[in-house]
Amino acid sequence: MAILFQTILFYCFAVFLIGAALGVILSRNPVHAVMFLVLAFFQSAVLWLLIEVEFLALVLVLVYVGAVMVLFLFVVMMLDIDVEQVKGGLTRYAPLGFAIAALMVFELVQVIWVRGRFASAAEGFVPLPEGYSNTEALGAVLYTEHVYAFEIAAVILLLAIVAAITLTMRKRPGLKLQNIAQQVAVKREDRVRLVKMESEKPE
Amino acid sequence: MSSLIPQFVVDLWDAIPMLFQHLIIITAQILGVTIVVILTVAFTTYFERKVIGYMQGRLGPNRVGPLGLGQPFADVIKLVIKEVVIPQRSNRFLFLIAPMLSLIPALAAWAVIPLSGSFVIADINAGLLYVLALTSVGVYGVILGGWATNSKYAFLGAMRSGAQIVAYEIAMGFALVGVLMAGGSLNLGVIMQAQAGGFSSWFIIPLLPLFFVYFISGVAETNRAPFDVTEGESEIVAGFHVEYSGVAFALFFLAEYANMILVSALTAIFFLGGVASPMEGWTFLGDGSFLREPNFFWLAAKISFFLFVFFWLRATFPRFRYDQIMRLGWKIFIPVTIVWIAVEAVMAWMKVGPWSV
Repeated sequence: MAILFQTILFYCFAVFLIGAALGVILSRNPVHAVMFLVLAFFQSAVLWLLIEVEFLALVLVLVYVGAVMVLFLFVVMMLDIDVEQVKGGLTRYAPLGFAIAALMVFELVQVIWVRGRFASAAEGFVPLPEGYSNTEALGAVLYTEHVYAFEIAAVILLLAIVAAITLTMRKRPGLKLQNIAQQVAVKREDRVRLVKMESEKPE
Repeated sequence: MSSLIPQFVVDLWDAIPMLFQHLIIITAQILGVTIVVILTVAFTTYFERKVIGYMQGRLGPNRVGPLGLGQPFADVIKLVIKEVVIPQRSNRFLFLIAPMLSLIPALAAWAVIPLSGSFVIADINAGLLYVLALTSVGVYGVILGGWATNSKYAFLGAMRSGAQIVAYEIAMGFALVGVLMAGGSLNLGVIMQAQAGGFSSWFIIPLLPLFFVYFISGVAETNRAPFDVTEGESEIVAGFHVEYSGVAFALFFLAEYANMILVSALTAIFFLGGVASPMEGWTFLGDGSFLREPNFFWLAAKISFFLFVFFWLRATFPRFRYDQIMRLGWKIFIPVTIVWIAVEAVMAWMKVGPWSV
């Protein structure tokens, strides 16, 4: 009963996932496309939850839906995209697109079908034992066995941040900026000058 | 107890398959918690108006019902019977779905909040991550609402809100890293149990800087004063919900207050022991004393206190300037949390203090 229920859930969410993915590439409005992508992320998070990898599922929602797609939405909303002009290049780029799609299909088939024949994954999904924490297991592997790969990835990401900031930070000449430390540290003596003067007398 | 229920009801219940029994129980729990949260929202608006009224030397609402307690219901009826005006050149679908997108995460997050020593709808391993994920999704309602309205003021409000929420999310997440290091788990119930033993073992003492960072980020995340540049009445009219009226506006309003209560509840659970009593260690009260038991009322009292602080802040501080909000989030809160996580790691490594790891 429970297995049947899970199977039904899997197919429901898988259909929604594919529908949302189609929506991303078929919708005319770019903001709708981004929202379809958000839906697709949610559906894949649910699929991950069904195979009991709750850490990855929640991090997918937290990082991609909560941060990356918000910034994406920002960019798309502020661009004024002319759909007709973008459509113009469709026939020109179609062969390239199909070539890349074919390559990806080939890779997926390679991974799922050819390798799957030898792997034990075909034997079905075994539920994890009670009290098993996905997060702990992941952390234990990430910080011991794969610690160098993890650190290298972190350094590459840091490099990307620094590079992005140095590319976009320009000092425009004549730009007036506030120095907040100075503003906070200001004292009365810096701003107000008390002047003692004799009262003027009529001549 | 069992004799009170007629036999045919028991038979009927047993006849239902296990899966559906489970489904019915869960649905009833969800409905119960949702209704309680919505009622709390209604009276929170009353609470806010009274608190701010007294702080400003006014009486606050006092006409509808005894002590003005009927005021929230009068407001709800007024909002419900008003017409929902949809701007002509707006994106109709997104305009209507945006309020729901901001309300649903605010209510769904309550699924993992332990409301008493034993009651929680979903006792999941990664509860803390679930809460973080859902609160970060709430920003879509604001951004989409502002964009779909097709108005410059609304769009400005949405942009400000989006940047602010994304910025403070990071500080909030880092503050919670400190909490889960001290609690040794992502499960909210376990984090709460780790603080058992009275006031001295609450995380607010070893994690005081993180407590302030978390609560202030929570105020910023809910777009409340003094971080309410999103609405900024004097600059951009009402920000992202300038064109919303009737029920659609009521949903945004509900979401804002539900988020406030959620942030208060989370602060209470992460730093003040949740349902734990502050007098737990006072043995002279005798065994089994009501005051020493972990109880829902302690959680409710802590939530009310944090809600009061929300209103207090609103009545006290003028609105932040936008660049100062960004500076506080990026240049002050994030470094503070990183430093404190490092301090915590060193203390845990040297086995100083109450760390459970």
